[in-house]
Amino acid sequence: MKKGYFGQWGGAFIPEVLYQTFTDLNVAYEQARADKDFWQEYVDLMENYSCRPTPLTFAENLSNRLGGARIYIKREDLNHTGAHKANNVMGQGLLVKRMGKKRVIAETGAGQHGVATATMAARFGFDCTIYMGEEDVARQRPNVFWMEKLGATVVPVTDGSKTLKDAINEAFRDWVTRMDDTHYVLGTVCGPHPFPEMVAWFQSIIGIEARKQIVAQHGQMPDRVYACVGGGSNAMGIFQGFLDEAEVELVGVEAGGKGLETTEHASRMVGDRAAPGIAQGYKTMFLQDDDGQMLDTHSIAAGLDYVGVSPILADLGETGRVRFEAATDKEVLEALTLTMRTEGIIPALESSHAFVQAIKEAPKMRPDQAIIINMSGRGDKDIFTIAHAFDDPSWKEFIIDRAKQYAE
Amino acid sequence: MNLQEDLQNRLKQKPILLMTHLVLGYPSFATNREVIAQMAENGVDCIELQIPFSEPMADGPVILKANQQALASGIRVQDCFEFAAEMVKEFPAVNFLFMTYYNIVYRYGLEDFIRDAAAVGMKGFIVPDLPPEEGEEYLRLSAVSNMAAIMFFTPTSTDERMKEVAAQGSGFIYCVARRGVTGEHTEMDAGLSRYLTRCRQATDLPLAVGFGIGNRKDVAMLEGKADMAVIGTATIKLVDREGTESVGNFIRNLQQLEE
Repeated sequence: MKKGYFGQWGGAFIPEVLYQTFTDLNVAYEQARADKDFWQEYVDLMENYSCRPTPLTFAENLSNRLGGARIYIKREDLNHTGAHKANNVMGQGLLVKRMGKKRVIAETGAGQHGVATATMAARFGFDCTIYMGEEDVARQRPNVFWMEKLGATVVPVTDGSKTLKDAINEAFRDWVTRMDDTHYVLGTVCGPHPFPEMVAWFQSIIGIEARKQIVAQHGQMPDRVYACVGGGSNAMGIFQGFLDEAEVELVGVEAGGKGLETTEHASRMVGDRAAPGIAQGYKTMFLQDDDGQMLDTHSIAAGLDYVGVSPILADLGETGRVRFEAATDKEVLEALTLTMRTEGIIPALESSHAFVQAIKEAPKMRPDQAIIINMSGRGDKDIFTIAHAFDDPSWKEFIIDRAKQYAE
Repeated sequence: MNLQEDLQNRLKQKPILLMTHLVLGYPSFATNREVIAQMAENGVDCIELQIPFSEPMADGPVILKANQQALASGIRVQDCFEFAAEMVKEFPAVNFLFMTYYNIVYRYGLEDFIRDAAAVGMKGFIVPDLPPEEGEEYLRLSAVSNMAAIMFFTPTSTDERMKEVAAQGSGFIYCVARRGVTGEHTEMDAGLSRYLTRCRQATDLPLAVGFGIGNRKDVAMLEGKADMAVIGTATIKLVDREGTESVGNFIRNLQQLEE
């Protein structure tokens, strides 16, 4: 099979001007991957800087409440910056150091990857520019604040649908201009080779830990593992720990938005709005029309609001190794509420999609069975978004009062 | 006669050829029609007809906006084929090429796209996000239909890479004059001159130079170093600013020295 392909998916559909840049990146990545010291340096950094290994928390209350399978939660929310995104950016940061580049750029949807990249750039002393759709800038203002405070330049992208895909296009436009001193820290397991494979490698730290932890706590493999899927990096991260265990069912949960029967969702692997396509440098299932124009997507969770999906997951879906489901915005808020109330844990809206499907299925399983939910990020830092989603009256009152003070 | 031979014949008559570009459906097919008529009357050799795409990654702000507005007005790929057929018939002296991104071709069906384009009389394709490594079938089918599959040289290409790419291409080579996206101005300096010398050494195919070429001075500078000047963003800006009637003059002036 051709390099960078997973079944029929993937590839490297790059403009000629980036040919040499990708050749150099592939060499740097392959050398790092072959170097055991590099991985050890990465693990040491993550332990010292980002609270790894993150715990696998037994959700006893939630398990008892649902009365079925034992539920374990992999706590990627406890990473520095509050999400699994840190794993990828710190790994790529080490690679950038090796390549001798001085500037990093990144796209961001929800802002998590942008904050993580800005954090990494501050730590390693790189210049940093983050491209973010104008619509996301408006709905994720606190993350913009932190990126700027961390020293990054945030560029609002006003083209197209003004969301994640447009930010990716704009980051590529920057890269084709300044490839000599700049590395593009792509945030997920998408884009041209080697990004899907490389980002999956850095995120595999989640699965490596989770596998050891579940055996230590449950005494055997879990029956099912749930993860939300936007681009797919947290899902690939945890799934890799169990891919070779055929009896472990892997479940990816996409953004069902206002329902798969509507046009307002971001589900590529379920529903009937996606088709094979080649854009943003790779081949996968894209939400697109008959002409190949990308469609507008919707999700309550900005991090899942994307037209494409990892080529690795497209392949795992096609071969049946990963089962895909979708959770609606409404179900997401219900699952979030239940998890907060029973466990005192606040999953991000993205991660709450995985909780939805697990909560649906756990009661139909036996108490001697175990499932893992990958909690990709924490929700408390997205207080503006979540409070808005809950339409919380006292929060609104607070914002109105504060706005009045600022206006004076 | 294939595109390469046609261009080489034309080069016996004039020092440098011209290729212009427009985004189909921007601002409308009616405007496209008038612009193309003026380009053809003033001796343009090739015209790139860009089929709009929602994610035009290699394009700068002007062409990006043109893509978006064309799509917002409801332009479909089928409309582009019909319009192209009409233009080819009306202006037989011009070589028309489709420029677009690969997803448009892929969704249409690679084989159908090439066959239908050949059937309406198009001469070739420019697809910036399809490198030769991913385009084996595209290259093979284009050759079968006698369609030119235009390949790219860039300032970041090594001599070895240029030779490799040129061996896959046909028609002419599109030499991107600088890093970056379409529309920003390119300095016509010694660096560009050295780059074009490298391009010339790598292939016998005609060399077209684009990205930021916008006036007579730029075109004159390319004479003797390249075979065709590519005018992209400059015409779109001109039509936006001064209307379609200014195009004829602009094209005429590109080909003769201004005092």
